[in-house]
Amino acid sequence: MPLVELRNVSKIYHLGGETIRALDDVSLDIDGGEFVSVIGPSGSGKSTLMHILGCLDSPTHGTIKLDERMIHDASPRELAFIRNRKIGFVFQFFNLLPKLTVLQNVELPMVYAGVSGRERRERSMRMLQMVDLDNRSKHRPSQLSGGQQQRVAIARALVNNPKILFADEPTGNLDSHTGEAILELFRELSTQGRTIILVTHDPEIAAVTPRRIEIRDGKVANNLDARLAGLDRQAGSAAAAPALG
Amino acid sequence: MSLANTILSGLKEIWAHKFRSILTMLGIILGVSSLVAMSALVKGMENGTREALLAAGGLEKIRIESQFDLPVYQRHLMDQAQGLTMEDVYALRDGAPLVRVVTPAVEQMRFREPMTVSYKNKTSEPFQVSGTWPDALEVNEHKLAHGRMFGPLDDENAASVCVIGTGVRDDLFGSPEDLGHEVIPLGETINLNGLPFTIIGMFDMYESEKAKKERAFKKANPKLAAASGPTRSRGWGGGKGGHFIFRLKNNTVYIPLNTMLVKFRGLTPGSASPTDPGPVRLSNLNMKIPSIDLLEPAVQQVRNVLMMTHKGLEDFTLRTQEDWAQEITVAIRNARLSGAVISGICLLVGGIGIMNIMLASISERVREIGIRKAIGASTLDIFVQILVESTVISVLGGIAGIGASYALVLIIAAFTPTDNTPVITFSALGVAFLFSVAVGMIAGLYPAIRASRLHPIQALKYD
Repeated sequence: MPLVELRNVSKIYHLGGETIRALDDVSLDIDGGEFVSVIGPSGSGKSTLMHILGCLDSPTHGTIKLDERMIHDASPRELAFIRNRKIGFVFQFFNLLPKLTVLQNVELPMVYAGVSGRERRERSMRMLQMVDLDNRSKHRPSQLSGGQQQRVAIARALVNNPKILFADEPTGNLDSHTGEAILELFRELSTQGRTIILVTHDPEIAAVTPRRIEIRDGKVANNLDARLAGLDRQAGSAAAAPALG
Repeated sequence: MSLANTILSGLKEIWAHKFRSILTMLGIILGVSSLVAMSALVKGMENGTREALLAAGGLEKIRIESQFDLPVYQRHLMDQAQGLTMEDVYALRDGAPLVRVVTPAVEQMRFREPMTVSYKNKTSEPFQVSGTWPDALEVNEHKLAHGRMFGPLDDENAASVCVIGTGVRDDLFGSPEDLGHEVIPLGETINLNGLPFTIIGMFDMYESEKAKKERAFKKANPKLAAASGPTRSRGWGGGKGGHFIFRLKNNTVYIPLNTMLVKFRGLTPGSASPTDPGPVRLSNLNMKIPSIDLLEPAVQQVRNVLMMTHKGLEDFTLRTQEDWAQEITVAIRNARLSGAVISGICLLVGGIGIMNIMLASISERVREIGIRKAIGASTLDIFVQILVESTVISVLGGIAGIGASYALVLIIAAFTPTDNTPVITFSALGVAFLFSVAVGMIAGLYPAIRASRLHPIQALKYD
């Protein structure tokens, strides 16, 4: 049973009388534990795909099943709940709240989940330890380097233990060296069994993931699984992920 | 998100923009403090006038004065008009069951026929020398501090006894403030227009609540209260004791009615010559009814009885304190209304200020709202966050405004020479506070709806 199931999903915008098909009849399956990159040039619809997968937006047509739950027609309230509990986001521009400390930023998803203060602190510190930033918990995001900020964002994305981690050009705003380190972190998370969907326009970055989904003009142009070509994917995914990590 | 967390983050947001927040609060502070101060002033006014009203006999008192001008259609019967007589008193006592007590009075007022009281080398002209019945004590809300009121026997015998007010005592024997101790001149003999009278009783010192407090303060802190700089005359009566009604009551001498009639007949109204006294003319009748609810029927009853005894001639007027009370009520209502309008406008302006700043604040924070939504804040979470923020601003403003209102009341009290000490009531504080909360919530409503409706994707892309 796949974690994410897209069936004939379309997203249509109307811009000044012109109809734009940002996504055109996309069907996709993503299993739990997969490390997938969604690649495509700007304007290809990959961001729209991520927004719809990430419950930030609803499709015009089609059905989406996330963790055995249909979400394409969920109410904004339910979507907020799913974003909070089942999805973590990592953005290109980090999107930390500048007025809050690092610790408070990491705590924020749990604040909306209604977790008690002490547990919030404990779990946040554990997450910060994981990204090796527990000594910076009292700092403001502006006092950290870009790579550090991105690591805080990753800690925040994971703190509610989501089913899927979305990363939208996570290295786009970092130098190549730091970007490399962040990608390494994602790879590490993947070996721990996290489902990660990495959205990028850069084929080099996409090359690190076992599976690549190429989007072009709102359609899936290529669905490459580098792992064990010829083998059944269902069987391969579980066995192959640790081997490649 | 729990409410405590939301309030905390609201406080942080306000703290992050201290200056802006204080400017925003200013509107609410002004609104709340003006609301509280206005109501305090009006309350003070109300208290002052009600006190005076009570001192003048309360609402249950009806006073009948003789009136020498008849209505136009009765002018030709002027020589038939005999004024108020003892006959009226008895008729009212027997024929008007709604009247509880009735007392006749022959009064000499200082501004009409002054009488002189003297003791040793000191003289004084009391406001009022009244020959009356012992019941006058109750009817006119007098209280004895020392000695006794004259009784029916004194009246029967036309005894030369008198009960004086503290004002008269102060003039003849010296006031406690000047002497340092209180003189109780019971048993002393004073002269009233040259005739000796024995003081058998003295009234309480009548004063407004404020005057009482001031006096207590002076007694407790003689040094603080010692006048610095030259003392100025504040005109007639020296402004002592507040409303003129208190001074009038203090400057009163009561003697038995018969004594007045026997000893000062020449002065009493209606006696053309001492040899032909004619019927005794009274200055006025005062009566009390059991309850204010019976005022209207009682007035009607009194009028009916008097119309009988006066053979239909309207040579008297009925006065109740109701007109006065009515005037007080109207004045209070007007003052309250104008105060409410002013502070309402202040609060409205304050609310607009809050709405303005909240709108500016959310357009500054579109991205933040987008991030919060992306990590799981629901529409309701954002709505509550903005609403709480604006409510917190106005609540803080309301609290500061309540503090400011105390200062404002002190300032106003310092340069208004009234006896009506402003009184800050808890209900005024409560109302003002609730208003500030309501203003904050209403002002935050629209910004909160706008913020909560932001689409997460658009908000995230916003720069």
